[in-house]
Amino acid sequence: MKYALYTGCTAKESTPELLKSTLEVAKVLGIEIEILEEASCCGASHLQDFDEFLAYVLNARNICLAEKRGLKLVTLCNTCQLMLENTKRKLDSDEEFREKVNEKLKEVGYEYKGTSKVQHFLYAILEDIGLEEISKHVKKPLNSKVAPFYGCHIIRPSKTHDGDNLNENPYKPDAIESLIKVLLGVPVDYESKIKCCGFHVDLQNTELSENLTANALLDANENGAEMIVTPCPLCHLNLDVKQKAAAKKVNKNLKMPVLHLPQLLGLAFGIDKEKLGLNHHIIPL
Amino acid sequence: MEVTFKVYRFNPEFDDKPHYDEYKLEMGEDSVILDALNKIKWEIDGSLSYRRSCRHGICGSCAIKLNGKNVLACKTPIKEAVEQFGNVLIVEPLSKKKEKVIKDLVIDKKDFWDKNAKVKPYLIAEIDEHPTSENLIPPKLVELLEDADYCIACGCCYYTCETIRGGDTEFLGPQALAKTYRFTADVRDEAKKERLELVNELGIGVWDCVKCQGCIEVCPKGVDPFTKITHLHNQIFEEGVAKKNVATKHAEGFVHSIKKHGILDEGMLVLYSEGVNVVRHLPEAIAMFAKGKIKLPWQMPKSKGLDEIQKLIEISQTHELKD
Repeated sequence: MKYALYTGCTAKESTPELLKSTLEVAKVLGIEIEILEEASCCGASHLQDFDEFLAYVLNARNICLAEKRGLKLVTLCNTCQLMLENTKRKLDSDEEFREKVNEKLKEVGYEYKGTSKVQHFLYAILEDIGLEEISKHVKKPLNSKVAPFYGCHIIRPSKTHDGDNLNENPYKPDAIESLIKVLLGVPVDYESKIKCCGFHVDLQNTELSENLTANALLDANENGAEMIVTPCPLCHLNLDVKQKAAAKKVNKNLKMPVLHLPQLLGLAFGIDKEKLGLNHHIIPL
Repeated sequence: MEVTFKVYRFNPEFDDKPHYDEYKLEMGEDSVILDALNKIKWEIDGSLSYRRSCRHGICGSCAIKLNGKNVLACKTPIKEAVEQFGNVLIVEPLSKKKEKVIKDLVIDKKDFWDKNAKVKPYLIAEIDEHPTSENLIPPKLVELLEDADYCIACGCCYYTCETIRGGDTEFLGPQALAKTYRFTADVRDEAKKERLELVNELGIGVWDCVKCQGCIEVCPKGVDPFTKITHLHNQIFEEGVAKKNVATKHAEGFVHSIKKHGILDEGMLVLYSEGVNVVRHLPEAIAMFAKGKIKLPWQMPKSKGLDEIQKLIEISQTHELKD
């Protein structure tokens, strides 16, 4: 099994532990990784506000990089996943638009063909490795109550993710829960697991962003979670880095560790905590 | 098909807090949720309150929350709901905020309607009072509306919006913003600039959309308000009405950063967007630095495809940056 890994910007900068732990976990699962070092930023749902066409062109090129290698493009970030998958859906369904984009790509030697699947690491390992195989690598059962926090862009809009995320019901998702169970942890059910962390308005409306972050953390805490796990590094940044500020805002003292999905897998696989980059977290495990 | 309905009940005149009543009903294969509510009201408990009118997915009255998802009761087949959620269906009002619930599933939607009115949801144009023919526009120009005119103002999107849930009471919300787009995209409307200026404000306008995609997910008419919000962002830049603020700078900052590195320089992007106000992030920045979560300028990685990326930006950008 080999993936073309689209790291996104965050895994190379503010969440280096995400890339580190993904590579460690991939090794255990027998996945060969080819990092798309030539890729550009996906625009993170903000570039499109300024120039939607440019966002499509840049993401079409990102997908072309995986197509050229004949590999599935695998993402580590919910927002990257949505941007790339949106681009794929648009280009695959609108021939006229695909031609316009390909005119631009031709100038730098690419042609978008639509041959590569675009899938988040969470759904890629569920599809390609499977729960049964993953369970065989568990050396240190989690034995903890773990709250899944999905983040918006991996479950909504479901029409965009249809099929690629194994037909998840965005109101009753179970992909992360199924992983927590095979890692011998206990998934915590709580209303906020499918809600928004507020990341994308953090700069212009910090109060709103902190409210949403605090709601999620409090909800997980009140439902007995010992830690949160998320497939999105942007949610991680709000829930971990901004936890102190969000908790202060609601007059609570919270110390909720927030793990990236590969870190949770790595812990159960018995991988050393430092190799998983847990030392990079603001709230320690 | 036997289905259990757990229905939210709350009469603020008598109840201190809400409770759920359970009804086990035998429903037909082609019944919709509204049939179940009618059955409860007409055959079991006449005190149940809910709104209903057209029964054909047009009036938007019967919008409710079903297992967490806002839907039109008249347009949601029970069979489909059971496949999605199992055979215990939880029926709740669009908003459970105590002050909003009038009785059971009926809520006060004043905030929603006020915001709808604020965007002047009608065509503004100097027209001949005694026209001799219809004001026709070609189908290609109608396509620009992107189905925004299908909105029935049911409120499903507004009461699922995470910006609203997060307590931003000023935000116009997805319905009013989609309605704004319905007219800014209409070539007959003469108030485009005025409309864009209204939604260009921080707080009430498009920049406070949290991008959760919830409005797309629930819209029973496929209006896709989020995409309309994105297109309003684009129009704001294209029409030159963008004010310099943290949100517009943030959107522009992506182009600068990608041009320079191929990927984002996260730190510089925040500085570019916030200006001197960036100092408010100092405590977090120090904590991040201590944990190896900040790249210093000389450590900033660049994409190996930078030349190609720069060329693509040069030839694909649809309008110029202001600075």
